[in-house]
Amino acid sequence: MLKSRHLLGIADLGAEEIVHVLDTAEAMKEIAARPIKKVPTLRGRTVVNLFFEPSTRTRTSFEVAEKRLSADTLSIAVAQSSVTKGETLLDTVRNIEAMAPDMIVMRHGSAGAPHLLARLCRSVIINAGDGMHEHPTQALLDAFTIREHKQRLDGLKIAIVGDLLHSRVLRSNIQLLNTMGAEVWACGPATLMPAGVAGFGVRATTSIDEAVADADVVMMLRIQHERMHGHYIPSTREYFTLFGLTPERVRRAKPDVIIMHPGPMNRGVEIDSEVADGPYSVILEQVANGVAVRMAVLYLLAGQEGEGD
Amino acid sequence: MPQVMDADRMARALTRIAHEILERNHGTGDLALVGIRTRGVPLARRIAHSLRDINHTDVPTGALDITLYRDDLMRHAVGPQPLVRRTEIPFSIDDKRILLVDDVLYTGRTIRSALDALIDFGRPRSIQLIVLVDRGHRELPIKADYVGKNLPTSLQQSVQVRLQEIDGEDDVLLEGGAA
Repeated sequence: MLKSRHLLGIADLGAEEIVHVLDTAEAMKEIAARPIKKVPTLRGRTVVNLFFEPSTRTRTSFEVAEKRLSADTLSIAVAQSSVTKGETLLDTVRNIEAMAPDMIVMRHGSAGAPHLLARLCRSVIINAGDGMHEHPTQALLDAFTIREHKQRLDGLKIAIVGDLLHSRVLRSNIQLLNTMGAEVWACGPATLMPAGVAGFGVRATTSIDEAVADADVVMMLRIQHERMHGHYIPSTREYFTLFGLTPERVRRAKPDVIIMHPGPMNRGVEIDSEVADGPYSVILEQVANGVAVRMAVLYLLAGQEGEGD
Repeated sequence: MPQVMDADRMARALTRIAHEILERNHGTGDLALVGIRTRGVPLARRIAHSLRDINHTDVPTGALDITLYRDDLMRHAVGPQPLVRRTEIPFSIDDKRILLVDDVLYTGRTIRSALDALIDFGRPRSIQLIVLVDRGHRELPIKADYVGKNLPTSLQQSVQVRLQEIDGEDDVLLEGGAA
């Protein structure tokens, strides 16, 4: 069972809870292979997907997961809505709550926004990404994908390469993988390395060759142009030369390495097309597994509704 | 705690059910077994084994988890959700004669959930129900086609089926209250 009634971050989850989510997701995955891809579990429940930042993959994935569990679901892209008319975050959410949803899946550009709502609202809150802080369901689906291929997480060498500074995927993944006993390497240019990254419990390096050497898993992160308000890299071409994942670099990893990317990919910037579409890539499996993992999270948290504070 | 069925009687009951299946269905053509998790699954495998011994034919066997179809799932007080396990039906159930297997038939609610779940996998030609123990007290209009043992019980009692594959031994126990 889960101890918290919300899913705000991996930081709140213990190893046992993580394994429980992944095991439940395994059962959920089978539903996608049925002729009727739907179970009646969340019938009569309303889930609101509240996205203050653009998202296609995560929002669609949550929507599919909600529909497969028979929840009533609606997605609100707030960027084009009330916020531009001057409404505060809390007012927006209170208005939505007045329509009595059971759960709110939320993405916001500011770290801690879902935590604020979890304190002030009745609904179960699921964090679908908050600023540069956490993206817990992404880390869970990454772990699920790794476990499917390697049958374990502990003792694996996992290299996370790219824009470390702006990445909530990195922060959630480091916490999850550390909790599960993996050896995490973080690699990126010094300008995109968060201050005190070693304090996260990872080995930090600016050499992709060192990070990738004998790795079981290589996880590439996107260069987040939209969050870069300054000159972090001289050019995307130079970035590709120094940090791009090429077939030559993949050869330094273990022979059964898997290549991951949370998407959306910048081909030719952080990853070579040949690698992205190559035999080691599990990038599209990650997307498929995302639905199963989100179904598991929705199902497990649905038992905690109405608890309140 | 009184034992109402030992390993020998359980084995005989399952063999008898296998014979009844062959008699009623005129062989094993189009038959498939689906066990309800947890204890329906090993029971389904044993029946498949008996059918192979008697008739020398293989009957496809699957496992069904009904947790996501339970009618009490979202009605209980706040608490941890029941564990969801994998459903594994590695064959098409379309036009098959499905033999649904469970250990104990009681209120009938598990079977209702299982029927809903099965229908999501296709359109079987028929569904027949096999239970090791029928303890009565139905709350829904559901009836078993093959019964290992009819066991009159009171509502205060509980019936526990133990199987070698899961519990390390084969027997049925009746606990609490007076019969």
